[in-house]
Amino acid sequence: MIALLLLAALPWIGAVVVACLPPAARRRSAWIAGAVAVATTALVLAAAPAVFGGEVLRFGVPWLPALGLDFGLRLDGLAWLFALLITGIGALVVLYAAWYLDPADPAPRFFTFLLLFMGAMLGVVLADNLILLVLFWELTSLSSFLLIGYWHGRSDAREGARMALTITGAGGLCLLAGALLIGHITGSTKLDVVLAAGDLIRAHPLYETALLLVLLGAFTKSAQFPFHFWLPHAMAAPTPVSAYLHSATMVKAGVFLLARLYPALGGSEPWFWVVSLVGLTTLLVGAYTAIFQHDLKGLLAYSTISHLGLITLLFGLDEPLAVVAGVFHIINHATFKAGLFMSAGIIDHECGTRDMRRINGLLKYMPFTATLGMTAAAAMAGVPLLNGFLSKEMFFAETVAKQASGVMTWLLPAGATLAGTFSVAYSVRFVHDVFFNGEPVNLPKKPHEAPFFMVLPVALLAVLCLAVGLAPAQTAGPILAVAAQAALHGGPGQPLPEYTLAVWHGVNLPLLMSAVATTGGVLLYFGLQRFINLHRIVRLPGWVHSGGRDIFMALQAGGLGAARGLTGALETGSLQRYLSLLVAVAVAAGTWPFLGGGPAAPLAPVRLDEAGFGVVVVALIGIAATLGTVLSYRHRLLAVVLMGAVGLVVCLTFVWFSAPDLALTQLLVEVVTVVLLMLALRWLPPDSPTEPARWQPWLHAALAVAAGLGVAALAWFVLSRPTASISDYFLAQSLPLGGGSNAVNVIIVDFRGFDTLGEIAVFGIAALVMHALLADFEAPRSLPPGDDSDRRPLMLQLASRMVLPFALLISIYLLLRGHNQPGGGFIAGLVLAIALLLVQVAHGQAWTAARTGSDYRGWVGWGLLIAAGTGVASGLFGSPFLTSTYDYPWLPGVGGVPLASAAAFDLGVYLVVVGGTMAMLLSIAHLSRGSR
Amino acid sequence: MTAGLLATHGPVLPVVLPLLAGAALVLLESARWPALRRWVPRVSLAATLLLLLLAVQLAARAAGGDVQPYLLGNWPAPYGIALALDRLGALMLLLTALVACAALVYALGGDAARGLHFHALFQFQLMGLNGAFLTADLFNLFVFFEVLLAASYGLLLHGRGAGQRERLRASVHYVIFNLAGSSLFLIALGLIYGVAGTLNMADLAVKMAALPAADSRLMQAAALLLLTVFAVKAALLPLYFWLPDTYAAASAPVGALFAIMTKVGVYAVLRVTTLIFGHEVATPFLPVLALATLALAAVGALAATHLRGLVAYLVVASAGTLLLAAGLGTEGTLAAGLFYLVNSTLVAALWFLLADRIAAARGGSDLLQSRPLAGGWAPLGAVFFIAAVAVAGVPPLAGFMGKALLLQAAGPTPFGPWVVAGVLAASLAVMVALARAGSILFWEPSRGPAPTASSGTAAHPLAISGLLVAVLCAAAAAGPLATYTGAAARQLQQRDGYIAAVLGARPAAPAWDLRQEMRERQGAK
Amino acid sequence: MLLLLTLGIGTLTACGVWLLLRARSFDAILGLTLLSYAVNLFLFASGRPRVDAEPILDPGSVATLAQITDPLPQALVLTAIVIAFAMTALLLAIALRARAATGSDHVDGKEPR
Repeated sequence: MIALLLLAALPWIGAVVVACLPPAARRRSAWIAGAVAVATTALVLAAAPAVFGGEVLRFGVPWLPALGLDFGLRLDGLAWLFALLITGIGALVVLYAAWYLDPADPAPRFFTFLLLFMGAMLGVVLADNLILLVLFWELTSLSSFLLIGYWHGRSDAREGARMALTITGAGGLCLLAGALLIGHITGSTKLDVVLAAGDLIRAHPLYETALLLVLLGAFTKSAQFPFHFWLPHAMAAPTPVSAYLHSATMVKAGVFLLARLYPALGGSEPWFWVVSLVGLTTLLVGAYTAIFQHDLKGLLAYSTISHLGLITLLFGLDEPLAVVAGVFHIINHATFKAGLFMSAGIIDHECGTRDMRRINGLLKYMPFTATLGMTAAAAMAGVPLLNGFLSKEMFFAETVAKQASGVMTWLLPAGATLAGTFSVAYSVRFVHDVFFNGEPVNLPKKPHEAPFFMVLPVALLAVLCLAVGLAPAQTAGPILAVAAQAALHGGPGQPLPEYTLAVWHGVNLPLLMSAVATTGGVLLYFGLQRFINLHRIVRLPGWVHSGGRDIFMALQAGGLGAARGLTGALETGSLQRYLSLLVAVAVAAGTWPFLGGGPAAPLAPVRLDEAGFGVVVVALIGIAATLGTVLSYRHRLLAVVLMGAVGLVVCLTFVWFSAPDLALTQLLVEVVTVVLLMLALRWLPPDSPTEPARWQPWLHAALAVAAGLGVAALAWFVLSRPTASISDYFLAQSLPLGGGSNAVNVIIVDFRGFDTLGEIAVFGIAALVMHALLADFEAPRSLPPGDDSDRRPLMLQLASRMVLPFALLISIYLLLRGHNQPGGGFIAGLVLAIALLLVQVAHGQAWTAARTGSDYRGWVGWGLLIAAGTGVASGLFGSPFLTSTYDYPWLPGVGGVPLASAAAFDLGVYLVVVGGTMAMLLSIAHLSRGSR
Repeated sequence: MTAGLLATHGPVLPVVLPLLAGAALVLLESARWPALRRWVPRVSLAATLLLLLLAVQLAARAAGGDVQPYLLGNWPAPYGIALALDRLGALMLLLTALVACAALVYALGGDAARGLHFHALFQFQLMGLNGAFLTADLFNLFVFFEVLLAASYGLLLHGRGAGQRERLRASVHYVIFNLAGSSLFLIALGLIYGVAGTLNMADLAVKMAALPAADSRLMQAAALLLLTVFAVKAALLPLYFWLPDTYAAASAPVGALFAIMTKVGVYAVLRVTTLIFGHEVATPFLPVLALATLALAAVGALAATHLRGLVAYLVVASAGTLLLAAGLGTEGTLAAGLFYLVNSTLVAALWFLLADRIAAARGGSDLLQSRPLAGGWAPLGAVFFIAAVAVAGVPPLAGFMGKALLLQAAGPTPFGPWVVAGVLAASLAVMVALARAGSILFWEPSRGPAPTASSGTAAHPLAISGLLVAVLCAAAAAGPLATYTGAAARQLQQRDGYIAAVLGARPAAPAWDLRQEMRERQGAK
Repeated sequence: MLLLLTLGIGTLTACGVWLLLRARSFDAILGLTLLSYAVNLFLFASGRPRVDAEPILDPGSVATLAQITDPLPQALVLTAIVIAFAMTALLLAIALRARAATGSDHVDGKEPR
């Protein structure tokens, strides 16, 4: 059904086209928007025969099946009625807006948003699965946000837009949850399935939840009490928007949803009580508040709220006839309220104000508009011979007919009559205040009739009100029939309850009620004018004035404040706090599994006899040095020295526990680290200031002890385990396949060469970062100047010069033999680096730089290239990355050198380590030259 | 040719390519001749585009469903280091490459030139990321974590002039915090090796089953320590507090690249829970904390006073959502989480770039107060609007679909109601926060002359629109994407495929068998 | 003897953590260094270290874990040492630069009030 797709897609296409127009293109954008609106209307009308013939038109392509979200469209009677309202009134609104908009306003933006909304709203009514419906539902909220904020220079526009978005958006999210829940219950979110599964849903334990969530969506959208207050503030939007979104279509989405899901969710006690009570409250609150508005649009807004409440109440009555009446009133309200808003817009446009205390007696200035306005107002009041009257009669009849229990039996009719009285009162106020009641009060403009094309839409709508009011059966009858059928049964072909659309039903209770309401309303208005003169009321009491806005704003401000407070409290920006948390979490994570109680496992017996005296002494020295580091940490130089001692003990531990490679590495790294720390200390305070003695140090101590105990316990657990390891493989294969007798080195360069590749990458990166960080570092004046005096002991210079060649030889030797004996690229590299450092210290920067160059980054680059290249090379022989091979060339003095490809890899390591270490050291040493 | 190369060496290429490129870039960047230095951007861009191409190819291969193992040095698992490419890994590679391309293009618009070695560090960062996504060895994972961290330290510090103090301040926090995390990582590894005697993930997965009760307690401790480390990377309550300041301080392209960094943590959590420990090891902590993270991140977004800070909290929020999906651990939630991950990563990157453009148009300030805006609000505002819709999880973009999928899948779980309430409330809060930010930035009128529109290069709009298109595509192609993520989730749940692939991989019998010759030589001696 | 090793690891960890939690970047660096010693020893311990069992093979005999200590943890520790060293140096540079930029060597970049 391609026409259906076209219907849904045209507005979006139009929006994109209009969006591309320059801001000045008023006419063009209006023409395009109008063309889209008319075309879509035509498409809807073209679908009429099929729909009235009892068909349901469908179109569908899968989108996200996992979510049950298809791009599926479904056009039945109800959808058709709404589509007609959206497109038809849309066309009128575009025509109206084309004349309403000020030349200063960027028209293309307006029409883009308007078309976006039209597309979204059509999507809501055409969607054939709930998820898609929700999707478009939220889009209507977004587009309404943009339209309300159209005049974004005004604070009330921005505020109103955000308020509307917050309320309706929240409702939309609830609706999403509800839709997913329904999908969970019925197993599908397709409307056909859902609408057919009413009994299943109502019987489900989650029915109340789903119902409540869906209703929250509907009530927020249709501005039902207590969510109604966003609607009056949405009146900051340009009047065409108010006429279109906030009376005729978008706010109807809520009641549309009630009608749409009535077969699935309706027909239950909770439905009746919640929906009808909310509807009744809204009806009364809206109507009552409307009387006291001075703003023309404010009055209309509150009247809209009350009429939406009326429709909601009708669906809430949960009677077939009531549903019919509800659908009927949807049609009628859309027509007369859109007309009223447009005439209000004209008045605003011509008088420059909407304050009913100032715009009086406009009848003689704009008689034509006045007539139309009064007609529409009469329809709103429910005066006979107009469409409003008919649906109101049906409404009264239903409130009487409803077989409700207890208090509701009289509450419903009484409330209805009271609300009717109010609505007559504010309608009368609208007519009397604006068109009669003396002369205008200092208006900014001299009022006169609006341009013809601005009045034309109003006229058309007024004629509609009259036509439906005079001959309902012939005009609205068929539409109402199909729409009501769809609302009641989710589709055509089902019987409708008995009803007759006629102006005259004879004298009956409903007629009596509306007579009471009409006379009561007139009396109420003039009574109020006489005794308390509505015009004098400057500020209405409490929520009547603000309509709940104050509460909302207070909540918003409070929420913002709370958010600021909470975030501030959590994120103090104190690293110590964050780290304490990390330690605490780690301790908790480590201990949690053992809280179950019971020993983790049999522990090894504690035996000290095997430890020789020397070992114990060394160990104790190490522990003492560690504690010493902590105790003396304020005196940094001392702390560094002690830490060096700790490092040496660790190194000895490695020696003792048969790990020569580790011992060597640890030793060399220790040297370089200490040198680095010393160099750095020239640019840091020599002491740590005493900390403000508060509770933190104790907390930290507690954490530290806990961590220490935890790690020690874990270590003891591990040491008590029988060893279970894959390492026999390495011992077995190092020689035959790895070609090296130093298993550790073979693992490093071959079995786990990939780790080493990453490791030297880290090393190189660190060097690069330090270079990048300190290369352009200017020593600030505030810091002590670097001490680079040339007092260099001659002996040291000679020694260093003699050492260098030897160091070079030794390092190369270590590099080559590394595969079989302790040594290898890393250790060799560090040896050379330290020798160079010695020269550096002895001769100073300049001397060394002149001979060895001061930029070692190239070494890093080449080293990485060589190491990675070795790996790639093996790929050329069809083996995986880093596959090694080797041979034994004979070198005099060294012996059979395992020139494994692994050795080439080790060469890369060597280069990276030399280059990296030097780059690091120089970048810090370079500081000592300050900004020289 | 390429097919053959991918079949034989596919999984290792995403690591080797950036490594070689990075090394070459170091040489070029430190070259004496300017003529050589001029090649730096071209090489960097070429390498990154090549990586993207590679990632697409690998994703296409992985989509087939079989896990591709790779034995480094031709040593059989578990003795050597093995890589494995599965659907999840391929997805992460592709995302990384996409974000990297956008970030690099943006950086070429000027940021890259503000400091030394940007391009080399950028490539090394990619090497670390890809390695982490590919490796099947826990210690190797640690090494690649260090690679990507070291590079990220450099990148975070990158950039001269404006914000240098903040960057330094933030990086002190970032580096110290992560170094502490690394120590924890090693402790966990020591524990694991001490108990199970192996480091290969697949081998561990097998050995876990055979552990005696006492040992499995130790293993559980190791698992929780490991998850703590990953939680630091993934930004989980109470370990995410370092993130907002750090990310807000980073320069725009770096921030965009960091969009993938939190995802590494999430990836690691997913990998070890699904493959080795099972998600039960983390329940109920992970789901509860993730939900709390999400809530607090939404609160933080509301409270944000700077746009960059707001964006940083959006990153935390998405991390919370992802960890929630991971913590619930059912196939459905995993599939939803992966689907959500795609959108959230792309859109986070987009946000960092966008925030930078907005700040530039407002004369360098991203303070959430009305300021005159250069060049009108229409173009930036439109992107802001779309990006906001995408990130808040509001229809019609993929963020919404991801969250809906998650709710759909999480509903039946015991946490169902909480998840639904939390996720939706967070969406609302983020929506409100963004609406507020947007109306302040673009709508509120302000005195004073508008700053002259910064003459941005073509690179900036190119990068931003690229990401925008990607985000829109994620929504348009939701069906196929969901199919892929669903399959990926299934693959994670049925871990046997992974285990069999890694442990079953036989060393290649190369055309010219080196080891054969060695054996002969051994025999000869 | 293993008890001594355990004691050492525990002490190093506790002291490292406490220094790590100090307010000055230099102290935190010292703490991290101590912590890395502890961690390396822990990793080393996971191989059940033994005396006089260097993992140097001689071509003659086939060795097993029965005679020779586990080489794998040693290789891991080697990698860990190098990485820890590189990171320490890097952090040192950052600390210098931060101190110069903020005028304070407090880890939060500002003197506490």
